[in-house]
Amino acid sequence: MSANVHGTPRSSTILWATLLLATLLTWSMGALGETGRWGVAALAVISFWKGAVIILDFMALRHAPLLWRAITMGWMIVVWAVIAIAYIKGLAQ
Amino acid sequence: METSTAPLPARTAPAPVAGPRLAGDLAIWFFILAELLAFGVFFAAYAFTRANHIELFNAEQAALNRNAGALNTVLLLTASYFVVRAVQAAEREAARPCANWLLGAILTGFGFIVVKLGEYAAAFEHNISLSSSPFHMFYLSLTFFHFMHVILGLVILVAMWNGARQGRYRPGDMNGLETGAAYWHMVDLVWLILFPLVYVIH
Repeated sequence: MSANVHGTPRSSTILWATLLLATLLTWSMGALGETGRWGVAALAVISFWKGAVIILDFMALRHAPLLWRAITMGWMIVVWAVIAIAYIKGLAQ
Repeated sequence: METSTAPLPARTAPAPVAGPRLAGDLAIWFFILAELLAFGVFFAAYAFTRANHIELFNAEQAALNRNAGALNTVLLLTASYFVVRAVQAAEREAARPCANWLLGAILTGFGFIVVKLGEYAAAFEHNISLSSSPFHMFYLSLTFFHFMHVILGLVILVAMWNGARQGRYRPGDMNGLETGAAYWHMVDLVWLILFPLVYVIH
């Protein structure tokens, strides 16, 4: 038997509901039209948080060896950093 | 009088060891890393191409069906949640609920496929193709690359559903279920960047 790393039904249901609320929020931001710099920043932060929930809680990497958590979270940090740099580069056009 | 006793041979599995544990087979995690790197390169290529064609990308992105994209986000998040519930059910030796949660994940994952096919049909009606513009090239190739991963994920979910119905997953024998679950969550994770990047950010 292995240590339980998958949380409880209650905790995962709360996370799922929060993820859906965050999706509704980002969808409404897009539906409002021009998101603007701060809107894009908020969108990126919310999307990053959603990804972190998937990595840490749904994939159960919160309880994995630090190296695996660092690699996956590091991947997401690098991807969003690259997206941010490219977006800022585009603003300067 | 003999007071000391020799330990009896262990007849059961050792007690769980508290501490870090990677859920699922190690091989799937190397596979997931390779997939994340591939998608990461795709995302970077999209972002920097967009930076050089801002007006074109903004105009063509505005024509995308953002509602369909948001609906697909809800479907994938829900499928992931159902998979988590399936794993939790297996941990308490509840084979039937485990299978039912997996069936729920299969149906919501299939919903993603239906919505995406509808989106592609609408795009092809408007003569959108890989060669019609840089944005369309990225939109079609990125989403289709992801679409293929959803299909593979569904195949894995069906295999796990079959296993769960036979009571194959239980505490101490979770590796197959956790391995498939990790792959499905990866498909969800990638979409959570793809959707805002391609459909929303402008």
